[in-house]
Amino acid sequence: MSALIQRLNGAPFVRDMAGPGFAFLAVLIVFSLASPQFLSGATFGSVAFQLPELGLLTLAMLMPIITGGFNLAVTFTANMAGLTVAWILEANGGVDASPEVFAFAVVVAIGVGALAGFVMGLVIAFTRAHPILVSLSMMIFLRGLGEFLTRGGDVSGFPEFLHPIGHGSILGIPVPMLVFLVCVALWHLLLSRSRLGFNTYMIGSNIEATRYSGINTRRVVILVYTLSGAMCAIAGIIMMARFNSVRVGHGESYVLITVLACFLGGVHPDGGFGKALPVFVALIDLQMLSSGLNILGANQHLATAVWGLLLITVMISRWLVLRLRSNFASSRR
Amino acid sequence: MALFPEMTVAENIGFSEVVGHGLRLVDYGRIRAIALEALAKLGVSLDVDAPLKEFPIAQRQIVAIARALVGEARVVFMDEPTASLTQSETDHLLDIVRNLSASGVAVVFVSHRLAEVLEISSRITVLRDGRLVGVYPAEGMTQSKITELMTGRTFEAKVRAAPRADRPVVIEVDGLSRPGQFSDISFKVHEGETLGITGLLGAGRTELAMTLFGMLKPAAGRIRLDGREVRFSSNRDAIDAGIAYLSEDRLSLGLIQAQSIVDNLVISSLARILSGGLISPGKKTSLVGKWVAELGVKIGKPEDAITTLSGGNQQRIAIAKWLATDPRLLILDAPTVGVDVGARAGIFDIVARLADSGLAIILISDEVPEVYFNADRILHMAQGRVVGSYDPRAYSLHDIEAAVYG
Repeated sequence: MSALIQRLNGAPFVRDMAGPGFAFLAVLIVFSLASPQFLSGATFGSVAFQLPELGLLTLAMLMPIITGGFNLAVTFTANMAGLTVAWILEANGGVDASPEVFAFAVVVAIGVGALAGFVMGLVIAFTRAHPILVSLSMMIFLRGLGEFLTRGGDVSGFPEFLHPIGHGSILGIPVPMLVFLVCVALWHLLLSRSRLGFNTYMIGSNIEATRYSGINTRRVVILVYTLSGAMCAIAGIIMMARFNSVRVGHGESYVLITVLACFLGGVHPDGGFGKALPVFVALIDLQMLSSGLNILGANQHLATAVWGLLLITVMISRWLVLRLRSNFASSRR
Repeated sequence: MALFPEMTVAENIGFSEVVGHGLRLVDYGRIRAIALEALAKLGVSLDVDAPLKEFPIAQRQIVAIARALVGEARVVFMDEPTASLTQSETDHLLDIVRNLSASGVAVVFVSHRLAEVLEISSRITVLRDGRLVGVYPAEGMTQSKITELMTGRTFEAKVRAAPRADRPVVIEVDGLSRPGQFSDISFKVHEGETLGITGLLGAGRTELAMTLFGMLKPAAGRIRLDGREVRFSSNRDAIDAGIAYLSEDRLSLGLIQAQSIVDNLVISSLARILSGGLISPGKKTSLVGKWVAELGVKIGKPEDAITTLSGGNQQRIAIAKWLATDPRLLILDAPTVGVDVGARAGIFDIVARLADSGLAIILISDEVPEVYFNADRILHMAQGRVVGSYDPRAYSLHDIEAAVYG
């Protein structure tokens, strides 16, 4: 056991992956034993199709959390971007709209998402208001605005060529999953190798000391929320294509799950620490758990309850590992 | 200090006696009486109904002592009670401590200010690295003997000052002012020169440094760097122009405590370790290796948290962080705060080496001996103005201390 802990202490990558990795193996083993159907292409397919929505929203939540903040407006920003696409398509022929119109709509939608994030970042950076309050205000604003513009209903009727974006596969990998994988890779590169990523971590630990080090902390905060908003927009477009409709309230319950997925992936709740890849694995854990319970015929609500239990278990085992580690460290002295 | 700034003096002194006794109601009359009695014992009178935050730090310290006396204390531990006090406040506090021990209370007085220790104690206990070195009668002890016991080494204090006025001027400050903080400050620092700035807390030293570092804007006056006038709109501009500022508050402003040694070291010079627009892990590692070796920092792994280092080694990393930006002027604000006596000499050896390599240095400290032994010239600031200028070779330490601590 102590040799194992020593190894965990030694390699940062292993240490980051330990929590979500163990959870991954546990879920895999338990469900494989419980149901022979679990290890099948169907499970893989359902995970791969359902994961991206939650996953993209979680990526949007990740960077603000690393700065020590939150973006509670992720789902409404996503749906606002989805509505933007839907309206632009509607105004240009509806089901007969051309791919060029769609491409234009995507660009505008990402701009709308980025704008929502930019405004939040601006307010947080300059007024130092708490990000929870600022993003909550943005969330309520977007919800109200969206409900007013759609009168609370769905917007649907999209061109045929949109179908593969939500339901198609390339080389056996669902398109939404491909989009998600590209975004994970992008976020991983951004966080681990870019100056913006570096500064994001530093701000999360101590924004004043970061400012004293010559970093324009306001600019970093604004950029982080802007990128978060843009990522929401991508999630919104994928959701639109998956559901063939947009409604302001789609995926509303995802907000808190994205926060928990970040923590399951080892992101520090006070900011300063957390990586994209462990969060990716944590998301797979959650989705596998839900698909596994589905195969076993469990109620969908029960699946949500099991997510909660899993997270509580993770917190307790993380505490145990920390205690073991510090006992080990002090016995070595 | 373990006090509640928002509560009144009486509540701060009396609450521990009243909380948890009998009915859980607060008896304000009794709290007041307890507070007045405790203050009377110290021979001090304060407005006990005023919130503590309205009092200066010296009087808060007295309130903390009064609280310790509540409940017939027979032993009082004082941990660095004079750390933020001026000389006259310290004298007053030492009088209180003397009265206290005369009245039969045993006092344990923890301090790194050796003059006070010699003045107040009857016995002196010396600790080093968590081990007892010995207990000695105060009579016959000297500061240098205590220092030797604390560090296990002998230090010969030597004035390092040398004339540097023939070298080119790096920074020239002319009539710099910020209302309420400092006014009409003028000086020059030459290549390879160390300018010491001393004065009590609140003399405007740190505000002046922050202005040179571009984090505050001057209301009047000019700053010239290498002969050219500069105006900074942020500290990034100052860093790019070649000015570095080591904060007096290493714990919360100088270093990011939770993060790693390597990240703290490279944070201000990220532009120098890019490759293709991204941070290059290879360049990062070699930058860290270079500075850790150059400044003789003892570290475990570069990825370890900065908190795994001692105060002296943390300070070396903080200095390295600024040296990595390749500065022309390095401003050191209280560089030995939280650094033990033995490691201080190491820090000043580094400062001397940097000066010899041509760096201009401004050394700010409220401990006069530090600037006396390590600077080429000393400016004395009080209430935002330069009130004296000294050459350490022409004045004795005692003269300057008398002027500053007065």
